[in-house]
Amino acid sequence: MPSRPGARPRRPGMWAIRGPLSRRQYWLFAALGLLAPLGLWWIMSSGAAVDKVFLPGPVDVFNRLVKWYVEDDLLSDMSISVYRVTTGFLFSALIALPLALMIGTFRPVQAVLEPLTDFIRYMPAVAFIPLVMLWVGIEESSKISIIFIGTFFQMVLMMAEDVRRVPLAQIEAAQTMGARKGETINLVIFQAAKPALLDTLRVTMGWAWTYLVVAELVAANSGLGYSILKAQRFLQTDKIFVGIMLIGLIGLVMDQLFRLAHRKAFPWLHLRS
Amino acid sequence: MSPKISIQQVGKVFGEGSHRVEALKDVSLDIADNEFVTFVGASGCGKSTLLRIIGGLEYHTAGDVLVDDKPIMGPGADRAMVFQHYSLYPWLKVMENIKFSRRLKHGRENITSAEVEAASGRADALLSLMGLNAAANAWPNQLSGGMQQRVAIARALMGRPEILLMDEPFGALDAQTREVMHDLILHVHRLEKPTLAFVTHDVEEAIYLADRVVLMAPRPGRIDTIYQVPLPAEREQDMKHTPEFLRLKKEILARIRETSGMETDQDMLDQLNMQEAI
Repeated sequence: MPSRPGARPRRPGMWAIRGPLSRRQYWLFAALGLLAPLGLWWIMSSGAAVDKVFLPGPVDVFNRLVKWYVEDDLLSDMSISVYRVTTGFLFSALIALPLALMIGTFRPVQAVLEPLTDFIRYMPAVAFIPLVMLWVGIEESSKISIIFIGTFFQMVLMMAEDVRRVPLAQIEAAQTMGARKGETINLVIFQAAKPALLDTLRVTMGWAWTYLVVAELVAANSGLGYSILKAQRFLQTDKIFVGIMLIGLIGLVMDQLFRLAHRKAFPWLHLRS
Repeated sequence: MSPKISIQQVGKVFGEGSHRVEALKDVSLDIADNEFVTFVGASGCGKSTLLRIIGGLEYHTAGDVLVDDKPIMGPGADRAMVFQHYSLYPWLKVMENIKFSRRLKHGRENITSAEVEAASGRADALLSLMGLNAAANAWPNQLSGGMQQRVAIARALMGRPEILLMDEPFGALDAQTREVMHDLILHVHRLEKPTLAFVTHDVEEAIYLADRVVLMAPRPGRIDTIYQVPLPAEREQDMKHTPEFLRLKKEILARIRETSGMETDQDMLDQLNMQEAI
């Protein structure tokens, strides 16, 4: 399109396709995204239109949080849940990692394990509860087992994919420098896949938390998931809110810790912006 | 004197049945010690496959490949390879990349402390030779494509390979960087005296670098013509404009076109144009 002489294109605004956004603007929008739902919640719950049993307000929820902390030992509920999730998650990571390395490196291992894992991961983890109770009992290990079942199979497949994505040229370069099989796996494939593997751990950590409530269905008498289930029985909607939000918050903190570890462990991926 | 590399009636078949592709058929070539041979040819002529077979990264299905009269059994440190890209280790800094082979067992066996010191000195020497002094502590992803390939070459040279295999190493670089790299690799060749097999799709590059240019043809992949490069051993950029250089370049390009099947493509385009005209 012809334009007036002397006309110049302007600096693209934030609404240009993939346009720029300053740091200040970013945090402004982020705050908006967080505060707007909070405000909406406040308004909806403060009117007489909605019963407190269905929708407690932010103040009720906060009061309940304090009460839970002071009277009902919130910290022990939190720590037992964190313990269950991290233990189940660590077990699954510890077994998934070597398996994924083998699946991603050796085709026969892939052929044996991948279709099987694909099959199992579509089985609902919740449906394993009766079996877990039968086989593992109702001790702490049963809750950890449920979280393990919920995360392990997805984790193996995603990690195997991370291993497979290591560029062939990196592997072959090592081979033409005289690397043996074990050296190629340890010094190249594993090292090259590490950043992606840590990202996979971060994502699957989130899934481990989603299985917490399910895991604490099994004869628990403490924990955040258990408290949510119990609160439901007594129609303590505000407590349900507290439990859900705390799980979300802990998940967010862990996610950030994983990101921090990623920045510290793999500095070459975080050079400048 | 027996050749450094002897390729004898080598054949390579990929796949089976209806997927069967004859990538190489009856390829024979002797490469002398310290010779610089480049391979050119239309896509699908098997030049990269042949290089990978010499490197032991691919196995041949017929014939023999001998290095120093011994058949090759898989990849080995005597035949280092430089790839087009993605071969550096991004988690190691430049110097650590160059010294990578020192982490391997075969590089540490039966080695005296004097040799360890010599190796450390060699890494420094290679760093200077490649003009990488300022980049020793950089991560590979902080470097330009040309600098990354310098690191890859230095790393390949670290273990003193007798044979250096290069698979389109400068294919992703811009023209100016490429010219610099050409003189650098010629310098390396004079200094380190490896036998060099170099695959490229750039005919000018192939002539400028080589003692001999091997032209391969597709379907099935085979050696079509071998050209002796009529230039003095000491190469200079100006030689690219001499009549004999240009004549050879024209001849090779014409022959690649003849063997590539591109003429049939041209026929098809002509037919389409004619149909449009009607």
